[in-house]
Amino acid sequence: MRLTSIVKTASLIMATTALGAMALPAMADIKIGSSLSQTGPASFLGDPEAKTLTMLVDELNAAGGINGEKIELVMYDDAADANKARTFATRMVEDDEVVAVIGGSTTGTTMAMIPVFEEAGIPFISLAGAVVIIDPVKKWVFKTPHTDLMACGKIYEDLKKRGLTKVGLISGTGGFGQSMHEQCLSIAGDYGIDIVADETYGPKDADMTPQLTKIGATEGLQAVVNPGFGQGPAIVTRNFAQLNIGVPLYQSHGVASKSFIDLAGEAAEGVRLPASALLVADLLPDSDPQKAVVVGYRDAYEAATGSDVSTFGGHAYDAFKILVAAIERAGSDDPAAIRDEIEKTSGFMGTAGVVNMSATDHLGLDLTAFRMLEIRDGDWTIVAD
Amino acid sequence: MSEFLQFFFSGITVGAVYALVALGFIIIYNSSGVVNFAQGEFVMLGGMSTVFIHALGAPLFAAALAAILITAAVGVALNKLAIEPARGASVVALIIITIGASIFLRGVAQIVFDKKIHRFPSFSGDAPFEIGGATILPQSLWIIGGALAVFFALYLFFTRTLTGKAVLATANNKLAARLVGINTNFVMTLSFALSAAIGALAGVLVTPVTLTSYDVGIALALKGFAAAILGGMGSPFGALVGGLLVGLIEAMTAGYISSEYKEAVAFLVILVVLFVMPHGIFGRTKLDRV
Amino acid sequence: MARLSPRAATLIALAAIALLAPLLFPSSFYYRIGALIFINGLSVIGLVILVGFAGQVSLGHAGFAGIGAYTCALAPVHVGLHPALAMVLGAAISAVVAWLVGRPILRLSGHFLAVATLGFGILVYMVLNNESWLTGGPDGIAVADIGLRDLLRDYDIKVTASQLWYWLGAAALLVGAFLALNLQNSPTGRALRSLHDSEVAARTIGIDVARMKLTAFVVSAVYTSVAGSMLAMMNRFVTPDIAGFMHSVELLTMTVLGGAGAVFGGFVGASILTALPQLLTVFEEYENLLLGVIMMLVMIFLREGLVPSIARRLRRGGSK
Repeated sequence: MRLTSIVKTASLIMATTALGAMALPAMADIKIGSSLSQTGPASFLGDPEAKTLTMLVDELNAAGGINGEKIELVMYDDAADANKARTFATRMVEDDEVVAVIGGSTTGTTMAMIPVFEEAGIPFISLAGAVVIIDPVKKWVFKTPHTDLMACGKIYEDLKKRGLTKVGLISGTGGFGQSMHEQCLSIAGDYGIDIVADETYGPKDADMTPQLTKIGATEGLQAVVNPGFGQGPAIVTRNFAQLNIGVPLYQSHGVASKSFIDLAGEAAEGVRLPASALLVADLLPDSDPQKAVVVGYRDAYEAATGSDVSTFGGHAYDAFKILVAAIERAGSDDPAAIRDEIEKTSGFMGTAGVVNMSATDHLGLDLTAFRMLEIRDGDWTIVAD
Repeated sequence: MSEFLQFFFSGITVGAVYALVALGFIIIYNSSGVVNFAQGEFVMLGGMSTVFIHALGAPLFAAALAAILITAAVGVALNKLAIEPARGASVVALIIITIGASIFLRGVAQIVFDKKIHRFPSFSGDAPFEIGGATILPQSLWIIGGALAVFFALYLFFTRTLTGKAVLATANNKLAARLVGINTNFVMTLSFALSAAIGALAGVLVTPVTLTSYDVGIALALKGFAAAILGGMGSPFGALVGGLLVGLIEAMTAGYISSEYKEAVAFLVILVVLFVMPHGIFGRTKLDRV
Repeated sequence: MARLSPRAATLIALAAIALLAPLLFPSSFYYRIGALIFINGLSVIGLVILVGFAGQVSLGHAGFAGIGAYTCALAPVHVGLHPALAMVLGAAISAVVAWLVGRPILRLSGHFLAVATLGFGILVYMVLNNESWLTGGPDGIAVADIGLRDLLRDYDIKVTASQLWYWLGAAALLVGAFLALNLQNSPTGRALRSLHDSEVAARTIGIDVARMKLTAFVVSAVYTSVAGSMLAMMNRFVTPDIAGFMHSVELLTMTVLGGAGAVFGGFVGASILTALPQLLTVFEEYENLLLGVIMMLVMIFLREGLVPSIARRLRRGGSK
């Protein structure tokens, strides 16, 4: 009796599994995969990224697709969990049989997926920040956002220009904050920057005044840099104003969306951060070659979703446009041909700047498109070079 | 000295938040023996509902009141739909039911609201008070005052009102309470409503300082749970002290030792306290009935 | 037909599922899901011993998965140990840690034990997350290849990583189930189950309650640690999330969902909660909401877990 009940239960499970397989959508012309962190601790990255991809795919299919073939987007939510991302990567390769993948909202999920695509030979464009994704160069892996290393460089350049060298760091212990914290420490010497204080906070912390009090009491402090994203930087900025520390505060490109200004309120006045031109689309002179791209994407995104544009969605925009152009040039949906064409991307104007990829550079961005912004009167302004 | 004072202000502000969550925990625990892991979601619902009702044009006060009522209704629904039908289930099963409820509420919130981080204005502005070289925000005083007010209200409720005594009687011995004519079902419903309302109030008070989003609940629930356990998982006084202690330990660790391990130190202290006092600081030793 | 013992029935059923399931796989991706089910199942068998047999709660077991996984990541790099041997080392470390931690905290009961184990899990997570010079921090760390596929390739056997780990996972699960079933029927197992019913009663009949609980805790820690190691080796990458609170909750839910009282129940729980998120992807943003509802419904209406509840219903139906 017992055995039969066990067998019955077992066949039930197998039936469910098989049923799940049948429920999958039928085939389409060109299949592009995507695993993003639409929920979970990195949802403020994954959410605009996913919305951007959906919008662009609809747009492209309405216009007739690529070389007459429609695109099907297979999208999964990995909730920033590396193990889930790894499973979805396998699913996209072995079950959905996609020809290319965009995604990995976070460095952790990206790094977990890379071995799958490297082995299967599927081109993969990551939307995550850390420099380890493309350095050393991996054959099938590309990425679109500026690296955390570049953000530190941009901030230090600005500090040097202002004659400030004694810097306090307050970093989030999330992946973004820790990775950028390390990069900022590693290149401080190159810019003649002295890190005089070094504190951290947890991603869900409610109050950072103890850490900021310590930093504020450090002798000779001239500026504070806050690598991190999510709600932490907004609270840091508010606490910073509350304690009236009285030195310039720098945020990272991780807070580059309008909601940061809303959350930090008046405390955000005078805060500087490196960011792409997307946030200041209207402030660009008409002669700026980037203006048409960033204004176009911003208007389309805000019309389609009803929410403010962020640089994170912009990374997805860049990745999708680079991929589509590569598929067009390749003239086929062969993953190897697509990979070769992505690597040949040159002179592409995206939201993050001009992309010139090569066999040794799978990012292709330089510091020029990275702007130093300052918040004044509740809005972004460009700091003159 | 001014440094110490600053750490202290930070500690009691954050501690008051934990205390409010812990107070919510113990009300439900006292009346039903359930540790409600969805308590953090009540805080989230309070904050997020206020944000969205306020955005619809309602004045902040009215939005907050509506948010507290909505959350209280959610608490009642949780009791009626998930806890009452599961009467007699094991401790583990109840833990999983409430964790399931918390995942469910988070899932609903991400659809009904959104996945962004929100805030609404502080009640009395953002200009900090300066005391002895340290600063404290007016909103922090609101939070601390809120925690104290809830504590006193609960204290009076449990000692001075018949309904409150009925809750305590139910906590002590459900069967005996029923025998003397207490409607234990009503007591359960009442405590879920009360606990959810306190959670929502916490959400309303803290959002201007800590910000809110659909997923703030889980971290708050863990800290509030730890605080409640530290305080003995019984009396409102224990919850208040437990919350303030966890907050102060975190702030002092961040200030004097290492900001990286401030949470670790808080949990270490809880472990050590439990080794020495297995029922928390103010907990009573219960005898097992055989 | 000769009546099979429950022990043999469970083992035969598990082996049959492992052997026959691939016949139904529409693509090789399903080997990955199968492998995840077996590896999670191994963890869950450990928790069946702790929760189902001994009646103790743990909200921090993922901590042991973290210890197992990171030993596999770090020992090959720093000590030059082969990852497979690192798995054994990880299990040993987990056993020692479980013994040290378990001695004081297992005196606690119910929710106090829950919060103590929760604290332990959070401490492990924080160390893995914060000590990035060693662990790579929240962005995770790569794990060395065990080299088995290269070895097989030399014999002209080509398997995908998912297929290899499907069979390794199945083997590990069967060994784990065999050991757990033997324990269940041993004097120690009977002593453990007497704790579950009443600690006081167990004590009066002369059972060393503290030692029994500690045994269950250490054994379950080893199971979870080995599963953590296998997960790390299969993914060849690991992040601190493996030791996170949500992973502990996931493991505990798997244990109770299928029916904590028996090894097969644990396996069913692991199967469902591993496969479910893959099925729920079609519901997109309703995924989390549905997961929460399913957890609540099963615990309310089938509170002993799926397998015992369904089995009883079938039995009742059959005897009519």
